This record gives sequence, C-alpha cells and structure tokens, in this order.
Amino acid sequence: MSAAPLYKPAPRDPARSFQDMILTLHDFWSAEAGCVILQPYDMRMGAGTFHTATTLRALGPEPWNAAFVQPCRRPTDGRYGENPNRLQHYYQYQVILKPSPSDIQELYLKSLGAIGIDPLAHDIRFVEDDWESPTLGAWGLGWEVWCDGMEVTQFTYFQQMGGFDCKPVAGELTYGLERLAMYIQGVDNVYDLAFNASGVSYGDVFLENERQMSKWNFEVADTDALFDLFAKAEAECRNALSAGVPIAAYEQAVEASHVFNLLQARGVISVQERASYMGRVRDLARSSCEAYAQKMTPEWSAKYPEWSLV
Amino acid sequence: MADFLLELRCEEIPARMQPKAKEDLARLFADALAKAGLPVGEIETFATPRRLALIAKNLPLATEPVSEETKGPKVGAPPQALDGFLRKVGLSEEQLVERDGVYFAVIEKPGRDTAAVLAEAIPAIIRAFPWPKSMRWGAASLSTESLRWVRPLSGIIALLDGAVVPCEIDGIASGRTTMGHRFHHSGPVTIADAGSYIETLRAAHVVVHFSERCALIRDGAAKVAAEAGLTLVADEGLVIENAGLTEWPVPLLGRFDEAFLDVPPEVIQLTARVNQKYFVCKSSPSGEGDRDPKGRGGEADAARPSTILSDGPPPRAGEDSLANAFVCTANIDAIDPAVVVDGNRKVLAARLSDARFFWEQDQKTSLAEHAKKLSRITFHEKLGTVADKVERVAKLARWLCEDGIVTDSPFPPGEGPGMGGATPRPPHTHPQPLPSREGATLADLAEQAARLCKADLVTEMVGEFPELQGLMGGYYAAKEGLPVEVSDAIRDHYKPVGQGDEVPTAPVTVAVSLADKLDTLLSFFAIDEKPTGSKDPFALRRAALGIIQLIQVNSLRLRLSGVPLRWFAFFDHLMAQDLAARLRLQIRVTIFGKPHPHDERKLFFGLSPAAFLESYEDTIFIAQHGHIEGSVLDFFADRLKVQQREAGVRHDLIDAVFALGGEDDLVRLLARVHALQAFVTTEDGTNLLAGYKRAANILKKENYPVTPAKAGASGGNAQLPEVPAFAGMTEQIDGIEQTGEEDPLAMVDDPDIGDIVAESTQTASALSYTPEPAEKALIDALDAAAPRAAQAVEGERFADAMAALATLRAPIDRFFEEVTVNAEEAEKRQARLALLARFRDAVHRVADFSRIEG
Repeated sequence: MSAAPLYKPAPRDPARSFQDMILTLHDFWSAEAGCVILQPYDMRMGAGTFHTATTLRALGPEPWNAAFVQPCRRPTDGRYGENPNRLQHYYQYQVILKPSPSDIQELYLKSLGAIGIDPLAHDIRFVEDDWESPTLGAWGLGWEVWCDGMEVTQFTYFQQMGGFDCKPVAGELTYGLERLAMYIQGVDNVYDLAFNASGVSYGDVFLENERQMSKWNFEVADTDALFDLFAKAEAECRNALSAGVPIAAYEQAVEASHVFNLLQARGVISVQERASYMGRVRDLARSSCEAYAQKMTPEWSAKYPEWSLV
Repeated sequence: MADFLLELRCEEIPARMQPKAKEDLARLFADALAKAGLPVGEIETFATPRRLALIAKNLPLATEPVSEETKGPKVGAPPQALDGFLRKVGLSEEQLVERDGVYFAVIEKPGRDTAAVLAEAIPAIIRAFPWPKSMRWGAASLSTESLRWVRPLSGIIALLDGAVVPCEIDGIASGRTTMGHRFHHSGPVTIADAGSYIETLRAAHVVVHFSERCALIRDGAAKVAAEAGLTLVADEGLVIENAGLTEWPVPLLGRFDEAFLDVPPEVIQLTARVNQKYFVCKSSPSGEGDRDPKGRGGEADAARPSTILSDGPPPRAGEDSLANAFVCTANIDAIDPAVVVDGNRKVLAARLSDARFFWEQDQKTSLAEHAKKLSRITFHEKLGTVADKVERVAKLARWLCEDGIVTDSPFPPGEGPGMGGATPRPPHTHPQPLPSREGATLADLAEQAARLCKADLVTEMVGEFPELQGLMGGYYAAKEGLPVEVSDAIRDHYKPVGQGDEVPTAPVTVAVSLADKLDTLLSFFAIDEKPTGSKDPFALRRAALGIIQLIQVNSLRLRLSGVPLRWFAFFDHLMAQDLAARLRLQIRVTIFGKPHPHDERKLFFGLSPAAFLESYEDTIFIAQHGHIEGSVLDFFADRLKVQQREAGVRHDLIDAVFALGGEDDLVRLLARVHALQAFVTTEDGTNLLAGYKRAANILKKENYPVTPAKAGASGGNAQLPEVPAFAGMTEQIDGIEQTGEEDPLAMVDDPDIGDIVAESTQTASALSYTPEPAEKALIDALDAAAPRAAQAVEGERFADAMAALATLRAPIDRFFEEVTVNAEEAEKRQARLALLARFRDAVHRVADFSRIEG
C-alpha cells in the first residue's frame, strides 16, 4: 500500500498576488486569534460591517472572533473602469474580535507584517477617526490606519449597535484590500494588480465587470423596478419582523439599503426624498437589530447572568 | 521633598485632544493635592499619542498634622447640651479641653504619607477625567460600569521619589514600566524616577515634550523646505496636529506633479492640509513669502490655517506662488525616507487629481446654470429653498444701491455724516454707471453678484471643501469673465465672519454682503427662530454683528427700521404661495395670539379677527412687519452693546443713548455715543452730570413727570403694540395711523418734526415773580442752550450738542448754590421745579444722563 503523496501548499506570496494576501490574512487571523474564517455574505451590501457576522454578532455577551472577505458594492463610485483608484465593486477584509483583546493593535500590526509591510520602512499611524452608522444605530471610536499617508484600515471599537450598548465591546478591523495590495505590489492602477501568481490580473477578473455594472448602475437599471424592489423589501422586512425571524428581516433591510443606493446612482431621488428614504432604511435596520437582540436575550441572560441587554 | 511622576499610557490619543488633556491633568492633580492639604508646586505635563504624563516637583513626603478644634457648650451648661456635643464630635467628657469656661473638642489629625494620598488620588483623577469622547473596551466592558478612557488605557506609572506608588484601577496596576516608540523600540522601558523620565524615553525614541515635538516639526519642516530652495507656508495648527500624531517626528519634503498647480492654491493647500496634514511651500526665497494680508502668525491665530495667497482670483503668478512641494511628518526614521515620501506623494496625487477633476468639471457649467440647482436645496423648511433666499438677497441688494444706502464712494470712516461734520447726505448715485463697467450701474452689478453668490454651493469643489464657499464662486466668476466687482463680491460676501475679520468696502460686495445677512436675520426672526442663551444655531448673532460692522466701516446711512418692510415685501412676493400663507398664518398667531386689549381695538377696528384679516390684508402686513422689526431692533441694540463694550466704549454711555429709544441709524447712534464719551470725561461733563442727577432726584421726589424724548430724528420706529416713537409730541396719532398712509417711514424726513422738538424745549412760561439772579441766569442759559443743543442733535453735530450742554454747567451749579427750590411760596416752588424739569429735559434730549455712572 503506497500512501498518497502528501499535499504541501506553496508558500504564500502576498507581495505578488492579491489572493495570497487574502489567504495570508486568513492564515494569520485563524492562527493568531482563533477566528472563524467565513465566506462572504451572499447578498449585495455597501460595507463589510453589514455582514451579520459583524452587526448581529456585535450584540450580546458571547465571545465572537471572525474574519472574512466581503465584496462591497457602491454604485455611485463606479467609473466605467476608467479610474485607477475607484471601483463600484471591491473587497473589504473584516476582522471582528469580541471582546476586544488587549493586544489588538499589536495583532493588527503583526498582520501587516505578515503581508509584507515593514513598519520601519513605512510610516504607520493611527489617526483619529470615529465611526458612526445612523442606519445601524451604531457608533464606535477608533482610527483610520495610515501607511505612508494612505488610509489602509478602519479600526473601530464598537460602543453601540442597533441602539444597544455593546457589552462587551468588539474591535472591528476593516482592511481596504485593493489599496493595500496596490501598495504592497507597487502598482498605480488597480487593474494592474496581480490577482494570483500565475499571470491573472485584477483587470482580467473585474475590468469588464466594472464597465458593464457602472453602465447598469448609472444608466440602465429600471428605476420603476427598483422603487418596487425597495417597497417589497420594506414590506418583507416588516413581515419577517412580525413573524419573529429578525435575521430574515435584517437581510431585507440590507436589501433595501442597497436598492436605495442604486436609486441614488440613477439620480432619481431628490434631496428631500433622500432623507426620507434613509430614514426608512434606518428604521428597518434598527428594528431588525432590536428584534434580534430581544429574541436572543433570554438565551444570553441564561449563559451570562451578570449581563443585561440594557 | 520628592518629585512625583505619573504616566497614563494608552492607545493613540486623538491629536486634537492632547493639548487640553495636559491642562486637565494638571488641574485635576493640583486639585487633588490641594484637597489633601499638600502644597502645589511646579507641575509639568506631557502628551504624546500614546501617553499623558505629569511631573510634580518638591512634594513633601507627608501632609502636615492638623489639629481641629471645635467649640462646645459652656462649662455647667445643661447635660443635654453637653451630651449632644459629645455625640457630635465622638469624644467622651474627659477628652474635652476646658478653656475660659468653655469646652473644646480637639481632634488631632496626624499627617498622611503623600504616597497614600497619591494612591487614592490617581484612580479618582482617571475616573474624573473629562475627555470629550470616551469609550469602553475589553472583557470588562461586559458591564457598562467598566472604566472609560479616550482609548484603551494600558499602563500606569506612579513614582514618588523613585518608589512606585501602588494603586490599581480596573485591573491595571501602577508600576515603573512603560513602552518606547511603537516601532523603534521593543520591549518595556523601565523608569527609575521622575528626573530620568524624559531622557529614558528619548533613548527609546520618544520625544515626550509636546512643545519640543512642535519645535522639531516647525523647524524641521522649514529646514527641508529651505534646503529645496523653498519657503514653508507656516501653519501652527498643522504643527500642533502633527505633534499630536508623532512621538518621533521627522519632516520630509516631497514633490507633486507641477500640472496640479493649475488648481487654485487654496484648494491645493486645503487638500494637503485637511486630508493629509501636509504643509505646502511657496517658491519664493525665505523672507519674501510672508506678505500675508490676513495677518498670519499671531499666537491667537495659531490654530487656524494660514491663507497662502491671495488678493483675489486669479492667483498671482511669479515667485510668490505655490510650489509643487509638500512636507509630511513621519513618525519614524525610515530605512529609506524616499519610500515614505513616494507613498505620500501618490496619496496626494490621487487627492489632487480629484480636486482638479472638480475644478475642471465645475467650470463646464456657468455659475448662472449652477445657481438654478439652488432651487433643489432647502434653506430652511419654513423659509423655502436657497434659490428663494438668493432672489430676496438680489432684490435687497438692488434696493440698497438704488436707495443710495450703498454708494459708489462710501465715506471713509470718521468722515461721513453723523460724525459731527457738515457733510450733506450723499446723493443718490444710481443710475450713474460705474466707470469700469459700461452701462452697468452699481445696482445692476449688486443684483448680478447676489444672484450668483450662492451658486458655488452646488459645485463639486465646495461639496468637497465647504470652507471654500465664496472663494470658489469668485474664481469661477473670474474664469467666466464676469466683471471684477461681481467676482470680488461673490468671493467676499460672507465677510465679515466675526470680530476681527476683514470688513468689505467695495460697494458691490458691501451691498451683497449686507443684503445676505439682513435676509438671514429677518428670515429667522420672521419664523421666530431667535437665538436663546447659548443657542444660536443659525449664527444670527454673527450675522447681526456683520451688519453692524458693514454699516460702521462704510458709514452706511441705513434706517434699520425700514428694512423689514422692504424685506417682507420681497419675501411675500417671492415665496411659494402655500409657504407664504403658512408663514403669514404663523406671524398672525404670534401677533394676535395674545392681543393687548388696547391694541386689539386698534388692530381690529371693531371687526372680528377673521373679517379683519380678510379686509385689511395691507394693514396686517404692517402689523407683521412691525412685530418683526421690534424684536430685530432690540437684537441689534444688544449686539451693538456687546460689540461696543468689547471696543472699550463705556456701557453706561451706550445705555444712555439707547435709553432714548427710537434710534435705528447706527452711524448716528454711535456718533452720539462717542461724543458723549468725550464729553462726560471732561470737567464740565462731570459737573453737569452731578447737576443733572441732583435736579433729577429733586424732581423724582416731587413726582414730577418726565417728558419722553427719543433719540431718532423721526417717528419711523413703528413698534407694535407700543405707541409710535413720537407719541409724546403728536398725541393725535392713535396707534396705527389712519390717514391712509401706510408707510411708517413717511415722516422720516419731515423737517417740521425737528422744529417741534426744538420748540418744545423752550416753552418757558412767564414768571409771576422776579427771579433771583442765579435763577434768571439758568433761565437765560437754558433759553440759549436748549435750542442750540436740540438743533445740533438734529444736525447730527453731537459734539456741538455737548458743547451747548457744557454752557449749562456753571448756571446749574450756581442755581443750586444760591436758589432754594423748596420755597415757601407754592408759585415759586412750582416755577423752580419746572425750571429744573426744563434743564433735565434739555440734557435728556442729548442723552439719558440718569443712565450714566459717576
């Protein structure tokens, strides 16, 4: 009986491969902080923070360490593939550590080292940048992390989520993956990034997508259908809330939020209407978070008698 | 004696909070010492991004023992009294001390170790620390009761005379170890004592002195600029900010693509400063570059960005212009500084290319086209859109010019009317065209500028950098080739934005700036959004101050009481129908909500309110205007008092003129105040004031009525429901005039009024007895001085009015010396009281001397 040859993965090369940079971050956070490595949330969303692994898991007393890539869609940032820095679809790398460990900054800096940033060669700075999302009823204090003057990461200690105090506080790291990769690979155009070490570029993967999606976002998307989608998502969110399934409700809030962004990109929402739509999205998101926290409270209280929701 | 070191180490403290945190730490620490009875000596504080520290020198090692003595009852007092006292002080009878027949409780408090005092004080200081924003963190934050700090607190050093002062807060125990520079030093740093703190940290690549880091940045940035043959644009705010972002600051110079210099220098500077915290440089050699018209460099301006150029768009070319260079401040001695510089250059390039994109994009559309989008921006939900506002401002600006309030050649300060000179009222200069613009009158230009002045609010550039509002509009107008008066006015119409800011003097700019501020003020007063206490969300105080400054500096003869009527006409005409209707309704409620019984009759003319509203729309109109006007004028009066007080004018003198009421011409009012100030400080003035007060006291005792006198030369101040300003003289006017004349300004320039004023002061009745010489002298002096003073007031020759009053000083002194007012004969007594009243009223017509102190 001959044993099958053992598979030994090739060493990661984050300086020459976008995907290796991501895989290195997975390796790092899995090993150093015991993170669960999740896959992206399978819905269109504007930021990694919308992932339930961040928002909903920031609520409650249970420890939670997770890391994942989340594709983000910002329709108004589309530039038809013509701008070297702006994309309507890009990646964020999210790490959420609850409660925030006392060495979280050191862990983060070590992760930068893992993907090839030497802090004596590059000027790393923590510059005040507090975060607030009225939509999620959330805020936190933290920094934007600069590397030679470029913002490469948002670093936030969540203080509130869904209108509730975070007990305990979670630390959230959001790496801008394309920016970091451009920095590490030394390229000036995002489409020139090496996606892997085998000659496939970021442009090979995404350039045509940017062209078509920018056109669709700005010019094509049927606005009547979008208004309809918004209304349906809103209604479905309410339906799910009244049925006591707040996670499903939260998904519909995320959907409504993205449809609103699309309507914005189509330029069919006036200044006055804008505030009203934002208020509606906020109401959905907060109601969902609230309902989730309330639904989970008996379970949480049972495990953590000293903990209370408010 | 010992030195004490406290270091509170945490994750990066926001740069902007560090200077205040140093002060707070010193204050809280000094308070804690004082409370414990320890002398507060020299305290020095330090702040870096990662630590807040304090060194207190020469602390005693223990507090002094204190003997506290409490007085008790007398010896032999009832036992209940003694028992009560013993319970209170917690002693037994034997422990009391007897002195002079009285019991005393003496409690000796031994001295405490300073270390013990500090061990208690440190956690208290940490808990009480007033960070502008603080947070919870870590496992302990399972409870909201956990410790709060600006960012997670990670270590405490507390060393008294080199020994650890043991204390603990939320699991963090004090010790003697800290951390050095985040990247240049690894492992803990051990501090021996307070004296070695600074140098030990320096060895670990931390410059702990905030001011030393500031100096390193200030000098270092200037040096790298000079080495490149450039001059750094000094910016103390940036120095402080970068000092708050670094423990080991290293200024580095980089270059950006010269092509970006097409973008206005203010935009480049702001992009570099706000987004990246970089300094910019000028290409001129050292020393040449400091010709900043806005007066940079003073300590008071330290936190504000200096403005690089310029006297106006377009930017001046030549050696004084912005260079394609920036200075960033790294926090490391980089292995290869060029790598750091190159990274920063790329970021700045991306920012600048955004800025250039905005700059070019904005110019593809004319300002007039941009302005159309203002109809989509709400100014205030009750006041319509910004486009509505612009329309009102344009009409107001035109009116200000056409009515000759703003003219082509404003009087230089101190020389205009109301300053005691004989200068006549300026002629109406419209429609005389400006020399520089064929055919366009001042009013045309003012209206044009006003219509475009807010257009830049919808440009991409101002969307990105709101602080460039006005300035960008000025640039775009100049690029479009609009008249320079118009582009200047667009650029400067927000000025002055506070005490000390430059006040516009160019006529078109003055008209637009004044119209804009008047509209803002009147709009918010109309919807009853007035500032209250410390709340002034719409910056109306600043608007009023701006109006006052514009009027003063340009000697504008603006009757403030006339403005609301004009404004309201524009407003009413321009507002969308339903909005106007709603606003009218609200003002009706404000006015008629609690009608004064007396005024109700006047206002409603016997009709039901509803019927009245229907049939007398025009009259209502005046009523509305009257309501706004009253409160606006009061508001101006308050602002003026504050402003003049700050300018060193005695507040009692301002009060003395304000108390006369009815004055709505600020130039004239201030001329009177200033003349009064000059007069009351003379010997004549002081003595006349004494005479006035004596006369007024006598009259007051006798309940002698006061004749009202108003400062204004007109009855224009139609405040409702108050009686019109000239009610005292013109009794026939009953509330709202019923003559069909609806313009309360109708009497503004009525020359008869002046004569009535003058005459009413000299109606001396014939005496039935022979007056004493001193009495006669006062009568004669009054006969001469009262009309002279009154006429001088009419002619706005206030110094002359004071001089006329000065002639009364000797006669009034003599009168009081020689004449008995309280004569036995009732007739004499009445006549003399009347004489004193005449004297008092004559003086009062110039100013209300009863308000003057001294």
